[in-house]
Amino acid sequence: MSADNLVELRDVEFRYDARPVLTGVGMTIPRGKVVAIMGLSGSGKTTVLRLIGGQVKPNAGTVSVAGQPIHELSHGELYKLRRRMGMLFQFGALFTDYSVFENVAFPLREHTRLPEVMIRDLVLMKLNAVGLRGAAQLKPAELSGGMARRVALARAIALDPMLIMYDEPFTGLDPISTGVIANLIRKLNDALGATSIIVTHDVNESFKIVDHVYFVSAGVIVAEGTPQSLRGSTVPFVHQFVHGETDGPVPFHYPADDYSKDLGLGRTP
Amino acid sequence: MIGTVDRGLRQIGHKVVDGVWKLGAIARFAWYILSRSGECARRVQLTLNEIYFSGTLSLIIIIVSGLFVGLVLGLQGYETLKRYGSAEALGTLVALALVRELGPVVSALLFASRAGSAITAKIGIMKSTEQLSAMEMMAVDPFARVLSPIFWGGVISMPLLAAIFSAMGIFGGYLIGVVIIGVDSGAFWSQMQANVDLRDDIWNGVIKSFVFGVAVTLIALFEGYDTPPTAEGVSYAVTRTVVTSALVILALDFVLTSFMFTGV
Repeated sequence: MSADNLVELRDVEFRYDARPVLTGVGMTIPRGKVVAIMGLSGSGKTTVLRLIGGQVKPNAGTVSVAGQPIHELSHGELYKLRRRMGMLFQFGALFTDYSVFENVAFPLREHTRLPEVMIRDLVLMKLNAVGLRGAAQLKPAELSGGMARRVALARAIALDPMLIMYDEPFTGLDPISTGVIANLIRKLNDALGATSIIVTHDVNESFKIVDHVYFVSAGVIVAEGTPQSLRGSTVPFVHQFVHGETDGPVPFHYPADDYSKDLGLGRTP
Repeated sequence: MIGTVDRGLRQIGHKVVDGVWKLGAIARFAWYILSRSGECARRVQLTLNEIYFSGTLSLIIIIVSGLFVGLVLGLQGYETLKRYGSAEALGTLVALALVRELGPVVSALLFASRAGSAITAKIGIMKSTEQLSAMEMMAVDPFARVLSPIFWGGVISMPLLAAIFSAMGIFGGYLIGVVIIGVDSGAFWSQMQANVDLRDDIWNGVIKSFVFGVAVTLIALFEGYDTPPTAEGVSYAVTRTVVTSALVILALDFVLTSFMFTGV
């Protein structure tokens, strides 16, 4: 594995029971970069994040993070490595019983023996970085979707991780919140000297902030490149996806029996 | 005909296999919880919080139910004992019925309804909203941080709740028997003291409530953890917790009673 790459996937195969999800996937995520993994729902994007985070193990191939084969690590080694990762879940996954402050303080309290005064300062700094210092005492139920995502981002960076993973960070957000989250992802990545992986299907926002894009379809990587190169891609799937066209290799209709037969019309006129 | 029999046998086979699989899953789940219980010893506050959640918040229903059960026992017991001229034995009857059977069993049934259902809902929602996954990704083991303290909180709370239930029941029996009906107070207490054995009666009752505490809390945690991440899934899981716990409590009570009180 090259020292320039923080994450590497080689010939990764993954199945849920007998259903193949990823087939022969190879990917490299260079240090310091923001990389997007794009594709349709159910294409295997989130599974890639789960493999990198060690939540699932590949059926074949290797997944390396910071030079370590994550699927071969012991429970203790995996948790040690995860302390250097941050993850933003699709809807934030904030602890609903805790306040915003307590949510961000959680990883600090669990993994450090810092005095309470220092934890307070660190939490307020992280919240300030996402613009929510004033919301420290609110409960997750009092936050909007965009605010909850920002709090979760503050929590994900609480321990200054080397790798930050984002699972659909723009889903369900209004355009202003989407822009805010996109800007934060880029700025925080650069400020922390981290590496970021974004799983998304939001072409417009992600293309503004990422350095490299992988397109996944039906469990294989169908295209990769910079946002500029992919905007002009002639690969039919990428072209349809990037330009949001209804016609293309991805059919509008879910596979079904003959329509007229379903309607009881006997045969097609 | 053969096809129907075949289908029936297949269904029975599937159910048996599913049952064995689930038992294995629960055993493995219990092992995870026990093997990660060290955190509870290191951070006692986590377990204390859960004792409050499972135990203290169940106190009202336990106290009120215990009192009413005692009142009913006092009335029914007096009416029966009076026929045989043994009304003074009312204290013994109330106390034995409570510490041997009704205290552990009824308080466990109430515990399953109040605390067990709440535990399942809490864990189910934490799982469906990815809070447990988030914890794992923060390198915090949910078994050590969340599930194990809840387990020990339930196991510790259950015998205490059963003891409070029995005490309130005896008080209820006293109120009816002595204060209202007029049974002799000295006879009520002295007969109770003379006939209730610390080891055979009280200690066995404590063992029962401890076993029920393990069973109910484990079922509640497993159902919450095993639930599909949907609103309907959590709803079914809560129902399964209450129903399964009730059946398991009654079945275990029969088994334990057979060993403890009949010399089997």
